[in-house]
Amino acid sequence: MIYVYTGAIVLLAMLLVYVALYAIRQKDLLYAVIATGVVSLILSIVFLMLQAPDVALTEAAIGIALTTIAFVITIRNTARYENDNAQSGFNNKKE
Amino acid sequence: MKKFFVIALLAILGFYLTIAFLQIPFGQNRLGQPQDEATVGAYYLNNTKEKSAVSNVVTAIVVNYRGFDTLGEVTVLFLASTGLASILYRRKEEEVERINKPSSSLLQTGSKFLFPLVVLLGIYVFIHGHLTPGGGFQGGAIIATGFLLMLIAYQKYHVSHSMLTWVESLAGVLFVSIGLWGLITGGTFLENSYFPKGVLNSLISGGAIPIIYIAVGFKVAAELTGVLDILLNTKEEKSVPSNQNEK
Repeated sequence: MIYVYTGAIVLLAMLLVYVALYAIRQKDLLYAVIATGVVSLILSIVFLMLQAPDVALTEAAIGIALTTIAFVITIRNTARYENDNAQSGFNNKKE
Repeated sequence: MKKFFVIALLAILGFYLTIAFLQIPFGQNRLGQPQDEATVGAYYLNNTKEKSAVSNVVTAIVVNYRGFDTLGEVTVLFLASTGLASILYRRKEEEVERINKPSSSLLQTGSKFLFPLVVLLGIYVFIHGHLTPGGGFQGGAIIATGFLLMLIAYQKYHVSHSMLTWVESLAGVLFVSIGLWGLITGGTFLENSYFPKGVLNSLISGGAIPIIYIAVGFKVAAELTGVLDILLNTKEEKSVPSNQNEK
């Protein structure tokens, strides 16, 4: 029985890594933000299975709802698609 | 040259971190068994119920034993929301109506129905923080999601920022003054043993811990609601270049 439980946690963790990689590689930032929300969802389930309900509650409220919405609002006010030509971060002084 | 400095700095940091981590014996149970009296975890597990009359040991650690850390976390959140507000806040006269279309009546009715329930759940979570999993941060975040629902559904919905400021400040003052009261009566900041304890497992138990968690809940809810309201009411700048590869 304990092996089934551990196996479920390992499977969820692998799914988590997969969704996180999808969020990194996705050029459509809206999809990427939703994927990070899914990462938080899986993470909070894993926390609950590892008997940390306090952390699971925090992750559910802040990770799934508030952070995702804050990013969605930011995307609405800026740009939706990642631009390949744009220089990243603060390093564009060289031009 | 700059890159060299960065790499050197990272190398030095990594060196000392490696040294520090090599001294930790990995693979050993450092929390200890509850029977082993010498470890910290065993002390918390064995003594929390008698000393502070709190059935949720995690809450006792977060609010009482490590209460100073919680005060620091709340302060960090306060500073973050203040910084965001000082960058993005606009006064009434410059305020622009939001750009999106009015939301559907389905969303409006649903949010009107769900809003009190969500707020009630949040209040339940932080009032029962010393009995069940959850606490001030979780409850405050849940309340903020309730306000978020209303802010999304109704364009005219506004939270009063002076009200939020008052709630936040009073909650912070309450937290610090309970800590100072512990300092005066017990000799350490946030000392809990000089408050009436109450009965274990009942709603009024744990001395100052429920009061502190209620204050933290109000504070977190006010801060996060303020952040979301400011973010939603930011007008779209015309200077932001529209992206070319939009499909």
